[in-house]
Amino acid sequence: MLDAPVKIIVPVGSLGAGVREAELAYGISSGASAIATDAGSTDSGAAYLALGMSKNNRGSVKRDLRLLMTAAKDAGIPLIVGTCGQAGGDRNVDWTRDIVREVADEIGYRPRIAVLYSEQDKNDLKRRNAQGHIQPLPPLGALADDTIDACDHIVAAMGAEPYIEALESGADIILGGRTTDTAVIASYALMKGAPAGPAWHAAKISECGAQCAAEPTNGSGVLISIDNDGFSVEPLTQGNHCTPHSVSAHMLYENSDPFRLIEPGGVLDVTDAVYEQADARTVRVTGSRWETRPYTMKLEGAGTAGYQTVMLIGIQDPEVLGRLDAFHDKMLAALYERVRSTMGLSDDDFHISLRIYGWNAVTGETPPAGTPAPREVGILFVATAEDQETASQIAKACNPYFFHFPINLGDELPSYGFAFSPADIDRGPVFEFKLNHVVEIEDPLELVRTTWIDLSKAEAAQ
Amino acid sequence: MTTVRDVCRHVRSKNAGPFWVTVDLFFKDAASFDRFHDDAALGPDLFERLFGADPALVKHFPVPSLHMVKISYPRHGAQGGMVERDMHSGQQFVRILDVALDGDTRND
Repeated sequence: MLDAPVKIIVPVGSLGAGVREAELAYGISSGASAIATDAGSTDSGAAYLALGMSKNNRGSVKRDLRLLMTAAKDAGIPLIVGTCGQAGGDRNVDWTRDIVREVADEIGYRPRIAVLYSEQDKNDLKRRNAQGHIQPLPPLGALADDTIDACDHIVAAMGAEPYIEALESGADIILGGRTTDTAVIASYALMKGAPAGPAWHAAKISECGAQCAAEPTNGSGVLISIDNDGFSVEPLTQGNHCTPHSVSAHMLYENSDPFRLIEPGGVLDVTDAVYEQADARTVRVTGSRWETRPYTMKLEGAGTAGYQTVMLIGIQDPEVLGRLDAFHDKMLAALYERVRSTMGLSDDDFHISLRIYGWNAVTGETPPAGTPAPREVGILFVATAEDQETASQIAKACNPYFFHFPINLGDELPSYGFAFSPADIDRGPVFEFKLNHVVEIEDPLELVRTTWIDLSKAEAAQ
Repeated sequence: MTTVRDVCRHVRSKNAGPFWVTVDLFFKDAASFDRFHDDAALGPDLFERLFGADPALVKHFPVPSLHMVKISYPRHGAQGGMVERDMHSGQQFVRILDVALDGDTRND
């Protein structure tokens, strides 16, 4: 039970997207006792986990951290950041930690920083898999050890418990590895004793900041206020407001199920939630339920699946544009034959796709008969092979055919508009998510490693 | 002929994690929602035909309070694979816009 509502600033949909100083000031003057945000998601692809790389540039993350850390320092409230560095792998976390130390030094802040890592050891996962503690989620099947080995990095998405533990141990700043977006935000309220249904639901509604407001691009963050009976949410920018529609519609966002959200240790069920306008800017939500379940953490694993080299041409020749589908098929067949004959590769060793931007690149499907010819198209050539050198050689072998392929055999050879010289660009590895599984655990902390950086002690502030 | 485009004010698609795509169809009003949200033409077979999804896994959630239906289907391949053409699945909704709706046959 809570003695008073717990108010939390969710300043931005994702760290680095642009925190606003005036919004933080409003949230703190309204009585916020924590700031919480995530700093990533799987949405931008597997590269960020595989490479341990941030999607955001360093400057934008540092700018947001400076504003957030200054506000947290001045107000004396904790700052909680989850899924650091886009993917929340150990290297993504360390990249963020280094920026935080740099900012702390620059603004004269000496916080106690808890760093939560959730990257997983492959052998440990194989052992748990052999013991039957890893279960697949549709559409994938049972996990094979080979699949674990094929991942460059594997993270387990943390729940709220490691954050609660760090807060109870006196953390001023928490930097978490991969975590569910909701757990990052719910953790502070749960630690204070808020009921689980409203705490998790408020976290889900606010996880993308002002996305749940009537004008999602007017301002950046929201203030949530959680009490014993429900929660309220309002945008941090005065000119914006929330409506029951804008708030309830956010349950749809990037979820496969609009009513039930599976979290580590339970399910948030909002089937019976009631959304009401509390005042001109604020929506009040009641009826959110939490069902406790056996504790599971979702695994995310990223690895490479071949290497690619790309080329791009532009075509305005009306003869080609009038017969694009036939042109595509003939050229593709010629490119495959060229690679077989000049490199001795079999069709199992490589893959070429031609994507005609301006015609059907997004689907790859043949447009309906009678579709008017476009004014121009760009054709992206994508060669995939087991290693970069082979992909590069395939592109070089294909270069003259891709450049000069005639729509009518016997015509003078045309020259299409290459965009670059050299024409071929080694794109690097193809990164794939390879896991869609959960690991069943007894203790929410058993797959999490917490390290402390205590800048409040002079000797630790190196 | 009535199409999705005629009876919806907004249709969108997006990844729901790396292995699923979710499509949100917001109908123009309660009447359109009532008549078409459960149309047989929006059943699992559509998502098999257009996107190669396993029809047994396609999920259908009407949300009457928002006059919308959410339909989620497994991706043909995990996000970002060799032949990825729409990393975030944000353009996949377009192929649904011209689906013809009957308004009488129901999805059961």
